Amino acid sequence: MVVMQGSGVSKGVAKGPVYFYQRAAAAAVRLDAACFEEEKRRLDAACEKSVEQLNALAEKARKEAGEDAAMLFETHAMFVEDEDFTDCMTAALEKGCTAERAVEAAGEQFSAMLAGMDDEYMRARAADIKDVARRILSNLMGIAEGGIDLDGPVILAADDLAPSETLQLDKRKILGFITRGGSGNSHTAILARTMGIPAICGLGDALKREMDGCVAYIDGETGRVAVEPDERTLAAFEEKYEKQREMKTLMETMKGQKDVTLDGREIMVYCNIGSPEDVAAVQANDGQGIGLFRSEFLYLASSDYPTEEEQFRAYKQVAAAMGGRRVVIRTLDIGADKQVGYFALQKEENPALGMRAVRICLSRPEVFRTQLRALYRASAYGRIAIMFPMITSVWEVRECKQACRKVMAELDAEGVPYRRDTEIGIMVETPACVFVAEELAKEVDFFSVGTNDLTQYTLACDRQANDLGRFFDPRHPAVLRAVKMAADAAHRAGIWIGICGEMGADLSLLETFLAIGIDELSVSPAAVLPLRAEIRKTTAGACTLERLKC
Amino acid sequence: MKQFTYTITDSVGIHARPAGLLVKAAKALDSTITIARADGRSAGATKLMALMGLGVKQGETVTVTVEGGDEEGNFATMSKFFSENL
Repeated sequence: MVVMQGSGVSKGVAKGPVYFYQRAAAAAVRLDAACFEEEKRRLDAACEKSVEQLNALAEKARKEAGEDAAMLFETHAMFVEDEDFTDCMTAALEKGCTAERAVEAAGEQFSAMLAGMDDEYMRARAADIKDVARRILSNLMGIAEGGIDLDGPVILAADDLAPSETLQLDKRKILGFITRGGSGNSHTAILARTMGIPAICGLGDALKREMDGCVAYIDGETGRVAVEPDERTLAAFEEKYEKQREMKTLMETMKGQKDVTLDGREIMVYCNIGSPEDVAAVQANDGQGIGLFRSEFLYLASSDYPTEEEQFRAYKQVAAAMGGRRVVIRTLDIGADKQVGYFALQKEENPALGMRAVRICLSRPEVFRTQLRALYRASAYGRIAIMFPMITSVWEVRECKQACRKVMAELDAEGVPYRRDTEIGIMVETPACVFVAEELAKEVDFFSVGTNDLTQYTLACDRQANDLGRFFDPRHPAVLRAVKMAADAAHRAGIWIGICGEMGADLSLLETFLAIGIDELSVSPAAVLPLRAEIRKTTAGACTLERLKC
Repeated sequence: MKQFTYTITDSVGIHARPAGLLVKAAKALDSTITIARADGRSAGATKLMALMGLGVKQGETVTVTVEGGDEEGNFATMSKFFSENL
């Protein structure tokens, strides 16, 4: 038995034979060039074939992984056709090189150029150039694509995988990934997480070619790989594996199913996300929509106010990727526990009760306007809904709506398309909001309860404080009654109400929420299928408000 | 010959994606389009590697030159392209 320790970058356990990824080896390069015309003809044919493959990959990526992944391959195709790149190859041919050598030379020259730049983004593009050169080479040498010619599923081993390699893999044949290099941000890791299979990277030289064909157990949670494990290790792995398999089988059956109770009440099960990349997880877990897209990532990841264009692109990407499904985007919610330097907020004794979220927006109209413009512009590409956080008063909502109308008038004047019927909603997360919910419900299209803050403000318990223990109780009847008051007000006004706080995924509260009449539950993508399974086992009509009693 | 200057607002500068789009856009025009940095280094707008090699970052101002062909029309197309994509 050999046990290796790497870093687990995608959870889950898998067992199967190790298979080393085959890639075109430069060792097979021909050294004797035929005449220039013959080499040129071979090179042109290989380039043409590469462009065709890349365009086909772009189409595939557009369907499977979204616009960004598609653009990657389109850019690769442009590299192949780029004048500088082709000139460089032609020059090598003229010097008497073989077509293979010409591709290698051009690939080396341009990847070295990018690798030498003082910009991290450009340096990372060197890998793309190498990937492109490798593709042309494979086509020149007639090496089949796909990388795996086995019948059964395998654990794929490699140094690391290039983006085009990961996309070409026949995913039905892969149980997990183990790589020598790579990191949590490598293409392999991202792919594995999207596919929901384990991946372990950074195994280094411990991962040997001799292991090809050996049975291995891998655990993406602990980062452990056991090759030809002994009985004890085997038993421990088997137990974990069985548990996961049972759960997975159960959850797989939930995909494509409706979120409907035994007595026919439909619930909207949506997802909470924090960046455009999370959309892949939403789709993989069959979320019906996005109930909370936190826009903070744009502000937190930046050293200055994000521009309208940057925001527009991020919102548009998510809206387009979700097709016609609802995407609720929360306007900036910084302040309190999320501080951003360039906002230069004053230090507060009590930041949770201070200048945060919508209060900042209403005090700094320019910051608010930029975000609203980006949101409305993006609304033309899908079904965006705008949600304002930390509302306590009716006048705040009216001012927010006024700001929206102003932005719409601007866009009208500029002839920029947007959806006029974009829904507007608010977070219900303060007791004040609950007390005036009746009036607020007449102003907006939906409510969404932020249970973490609602608990903090209702119970006067700081959610950041660790020592409050049993005093901080999100299931406190006061909190649940507040949710019911908001729900009753929403339904009297004919609007829907959801829960986007952590409580939404608490299966033991599902009956209470159904009794209250909650219409939507927004949870992390991984919680969608377990929640769906629970909803489908429950009879809404039999749910009681027992928990609201003291 | 017509020229305009443009300050890059895209957070990653002239990276692969907009550079690729620029190449596509420039190839469709009958003028020769050149992008120059403040330090004098320049690249033809139809050359992807050269454009990326310029390493233009956010906040940098570039000079775009439109020469030959329908200068008037192509100037307008390029100004629009820059403000929309970069």
